[in-house]
Amino acid sequence: MTDLAPRSLPQSSAAGATFRHARYVISENPVTGVAFGLFVLIVLAAVLGPALVPYDPLASNTDAALKPPSVQHWFGTDQLGRDVFSRVVVAAQLDFFIAVASVALVFVMGGLAGVAAGFFGGWTDRIVGRIADTIMAFPLFVLAMGIVAALGNTVQNIILATAIINFPLYARAARAEANVRREAGFILAARLSGNGELRILLTQILPNIMPIMIVQMSLTMGYAILNAAGLSFIGLGVRPPTAEWGIMVADGAAFMISGEWWIAFFPGAALMTAVFCFNLLGDGLRDIVDPQRRT
Amino acid sequence: MLRMTLKRLLMAVPSLVGVVIVTFLLTRALPGDPAAYFAGPAATKEAIEQIRVSLGLDKPLIIQFGRYLGDLARGDLGNSLTTGQPVGKEIRERLPASAELTLLGLVLSISIAVPLGILAATRPGSLIDHACRVLATAGVSLPVFFTGLILVYVFYYLLGWAPAPLGRLDVFYSPPPQVTGFYLIDSAIARDGELFLASLKQLILPAATLGIFSLAPIARMTRASMLAVLASDFVRTARASGLAPYTVIVTYAFRNAMIPVVTTLGMVFSFLLGANVLVEKVFAWPGIGSFAVEALIASDFAPVQGFVLTMAVMYVALNLMIDILYGLIDPRVRIEA
Amino acid sequence: MTAIPLLDVRDLTVEFTTRRGIVRAVEHIDITIAKGETVGIVGESGSGKSVTSYAVMRILDRAGRIAEGSVLFSNIDVASADEDVLRDLRGREISMIFQNPRAALNPIRKVGRQIEDVLLQHVQATHTDATQKTIELLDQVRIAQPRERYHAYPFELSGGMCQRVVIALALACRPQLLIADEPTTGLDVTTQKVVMDLIAELTRERGMSTILITHDLGLAATYCDRVAVMEKGRVVESASARSIFTTPVDRYTRKLMRATPRPGVSLRDLLPEEDAAPATAIVAKFAPKDDRAPLLVVQKLVKEYSRKSLDGFSGVLGKFVRRGPAPEPETFRAVDGVSFTVRRGESVGLVGESGCGKSTTSAMVMRLIDKSAGTIVFDGEDIGEIPPKEFAKLPMRKRIQMVFQDPTDSLNPRFTAARAIADPILRLSEIKGRDAVRARCEELARQVGLPLDLLDRFPHQLSGGQKARVGIARAIALHPELLILDEPTAALDVSVQAVVLNLLQDLKQSLGMSYLFVSHDLNVVRLLCGRVLVMRAGKIVEEGPTERVLVAPEAQYTRDLLAAIPRPNFAPARARPERLTATP
Repeated sequence: MTDLAPRSLPQSSAAGATFRHARYVISENPVTGVAFGLFVLIVLAAVLGPALVPYDPLASNTDAALKPPSVQHWFGTDQLGRDVFSRVVVAAQLDFFIAVASVALVFVMGGLAGVAAGFFGGWTDRIVGRIADTIMAFPLFVLAMGIVAALGNTVQNIILATAIINFPLYARAARAEANVRREAGFILAARLSGNGELRILLTQILPNIMPIMIVQMSLTMGYAILNAAGLSFIGLGVRPPTAEWGIMVADGAAFMISGEWWIAFFPGAALMTAVFCFNLLGDGLRDIVDPQRRT
Repeated sequence: MLRMTLKRLLMAVPSLVGVVIVTFLLTRALPGDPAAYFAGPAATKEAIEQIRVSLGLDKPLIIQFGRYLGDLARGDLGNSLTTGQPVGKEIRERLPASAELTLLGLVLSISIAVPLGILAATRPGSLIDHACRVLATAGVSLPVFFTGLILVYVFYYLLGWAPAPLGRLDVFYSPPPQVTGFYLIDSAIARDGELFLASLKQLILPAATLGIFSLAPIARMTRASMLAVLASDFVRTARASGLAPYTVIVTYAFRNAMIPVVTTLGMVFSFLLGANVLVEKVFAWPGIGSFAVEALIASDFAPVQGFVLTMAVMYVALNLMIDILYGLIDPRVRIEA
Repeated sequence: MTAIPLLDVRDLTVEFTTRRGIVRAVEHIDITIAKGETVGIVGESGSGKSVTSYAVMRILDRAGRIAEGSVLFSNIDVASADEDVLRDLRGREISMIFQNPRAALNPIRKVGRQIEDVLLQHVQATHTDATQKTIELLDQVRIAQPRERYHAYPFELSGGMCQRVVIALALACRPQLLIADEPTTGLDVTTQKVVMDLIAELTRERGMSTILITHDLGLAATYCDRVAVMEKGRVVESASARSIFTTPVDRYTRKLMRATPRPGVSLRDLLPEEDAAPATAIVAKFAPKDDRAPLLVVQKLVKEYSRKSLDGFSGVLGKFVRRGPAPEPETFRAVDGVSFTVRRGESVGLVGESGCGKSTTSAMVMRLIDKSAGTIVFDGEDIGEIPPKEFAKLPMRKRIQMVFQDPTDSLNPRFTAARAIADPILRLSEIKGRDAVRARCEELARQVGLPLDLLDRFPHQLSGGQKARVGIARAIALHPELLILDEPTAALDVSVQAVVLNLLQDLKQSLGMSYLFVSHDLNVVRLLCGRVLVMRAGKIVEEGPTERVLVAPEAQYTRDLLAAIPRPNFAPARARPERLTATP
């Protein structure tokens, strides 16, 4: 089809155009705006929550055990009389921290490895490829289980395990982006202009793949939280009485069947909302950054 | 065709090698004294020493690896501390339970996700399209164990339609005579209608949980792939040639769109095998997932490692089958091999 | 008998809903096609010519719609007809062939089956005789071994063969009207002629009407009875092919005519009459050091690739020629013993079709890739031995620079124009300091005719011609002695091409550069180069002064290339193209 875009008006910068495009995307898809709002809420809960909750998340009070949601206890109490609401809010901090830490770790490890593999090719590519393939040969959650079981039952190991199982995803995405651009005209021109290979990698390739990687990161945040919660659910990583969404659902599972639904429901719902919000945010970011890839 | 299959088989070998090496390293990565871990928390010093020698932990790493390979070749995955049984035997017995569950879940999800994705792509902007997109994003956000619990709460506790989540069969029934290990198939073979229904009733909720879990990525990929294909040049040619909408959508668009979906299946299997573990815990399903989880809680490591290895090998085999399937659908892969 | 036109388009207006609101791609156009007539619609990018054809068949994008006007095809108004009526029309009464033929075919379905689908859909065959009819159709479009080719997949066929299949598909039900949307873009020049002659012959045999959509005025004049010229969604002139070509009336048509490279015109003649004055603001003339001394000497240059890294085409061609294993050479020689010289101040053209090795040769001379054998001597120094990674850091890098083919691909999307031009300055020149660098960028911008306020824009905010100027400014920033131009105007509209070619000529004279101009277009090379080298399959088949080679070629291949250029023939009786033999 012919090119229909009318000539652009003079722009001040790429940032201005991105902002206008972002505004357009949000207006088209208000859900992205809602997701952004939720995201801010979660961050606030994570940062300020522990200071603002009505009850001590660890304080048990057996008289008030297993009470359904009420005015004093918005989310009810669990089998040890702890206030579920406080625990849910405080758990936000731990889960968010785990998610951010693992995503940051894998972004650095996987992103850099992938970019180097895609740009330099040769042995770098082969080694990174082998590592990624070996990890991908396992069902990822199972591998995470194995790693945490082998290295020890701690939060640090959950972060490490989550980072390891996400490594292939990041490495592949970064590699694909670097590969596509490797022989692009402007890279050849950069060589003609006297740029060395490393300088090209850092100043020309990396800035071009950052948007894609950021989208990838926000999409993986949700997955990282689910992974950590899943591991906690089967007893790996987080130990009682720590407040973490996954372990709270595990605690409340037995009570679900006998009717005390609130113990497992609220942490599970919080989990769902957080992950949903991250995924929507990731989708919205992707639409802003790379409209050809909309789903 | 045969050449392609052989090539794919050969390509699976490095994966297997990698899997075996990694699981071996995991056994040696145990913090503290691996022998103590394998002996269990209640072992005496002499018992730990015995374990250490029998595990060959006093020998250099290469020799240990050699022993590990030898054991694997004989099917010896060690013994479980809690039951005293060989791990290999337990896994073999429990595998059909997990397989039946996972397969049923996958069948459920594909039969809903694929048509949904196609309908969403052919009617952009419609209610179905929005529903599909929301479902895809929401489905990916649902923690699988949470879905299971909600289903149990609604359908068992509130509505009473489903039986208690206590395993594959109600206490009153005994399993059908073993042919495949799949209760549905075995009871059908034994022509035991009542047993068939009873097995099905127990299967529904956990399979639905897994189905809901895998619905989202498949629906999302089908929709995206269909959209891309419907916008392609050759579909434009098909439309310009006046072909009927059914021909355009099914013969031209769908078959091409399925190619990336089949590739996605590999990733879906990875998630499913992991989700399996969580679902088995929620529904007290006697499969290999719950086997591993129970062992974990008791710090009984041999079953956990056997479990990881088995799952990985199964996954490699599944990926191989997907690769071959892919070659069947896409002649470009087949002919250029 | 009154001639009722086969297709009567009246007051057609097509609108698209885009992010920035409603855009009118086509506005109030009238076109009529009589039975048996061939009409060309000519225009540059954005003219709306393709949109018109999509509207005629009503296969517009979701975002498009026919806002006003009517499209009457034998008494049916396409604009308001029901979808099932249209579906009957499509493929049976009106057919279309597209650009990029391989992408136009279903990649996982045998080509024979795809043709059968159309035959069966329009009830032109039954299940029993569909295969036979398909094989006959494949034979009619001159595909050799049609019985075997029936079972081929698109990726196993060459571009030219895929286009024949698409033609067979379009003509399967003997439609009355064929719409050909840029059917030869992307094909080699020699294949272009073959495909166009085939279309002309088949449509004449069946008494079909044809609409030929193209950006090439020469092509339209050669094959069409009448031509309509479109600009920005409107028809600016519509007349017989002869009138348009020899006596264009409208200002835009005249501009287009003038800008089309053809024999017998000079560079200046390409520009619109108002702009025939030389380009402004040129620095003082640079006196060449030693006229006619060789600057670049290339001897027996070879580049080999191992077969594993190649595409399926050459391997698959072998599959059709012989069944069963046969010894295949392990390596493929993209460049096979090429020798030539470029003297100071000279402009040498390197001409060939796609895959001949010209781009690989220029990449080796540029020291972007390694050579397999041979020598490259630049100003007396052997630069062939220096690996590309090291060459990038040598001062010698400044002396050989390149202008790339695709202006979009050759600019970093995150760099402004100024930053892109400044890159070589920052890396390799002695100019330091933000202001000095900026001053130099502005000087360069003036030299290439780029308005200064565009320097701070990003590539996606610039037009094709503007991006080309940025690429040129970057290339001349370091005062190179040798400039290699790899199809620098191939992606540009013909009117923009005229301006850029003139700019290149002016720069060469004022900066005293030597050019190696790589192209597939002989007409363009004629305008700019004093000497020309013709390449084919990795070897130079002919070389010599441009005028001599193009007027009295010695090699058969050069003759073939020249013959393939569309040449409007306005003799009284239109000569018929000879019946072509089947092509394997």
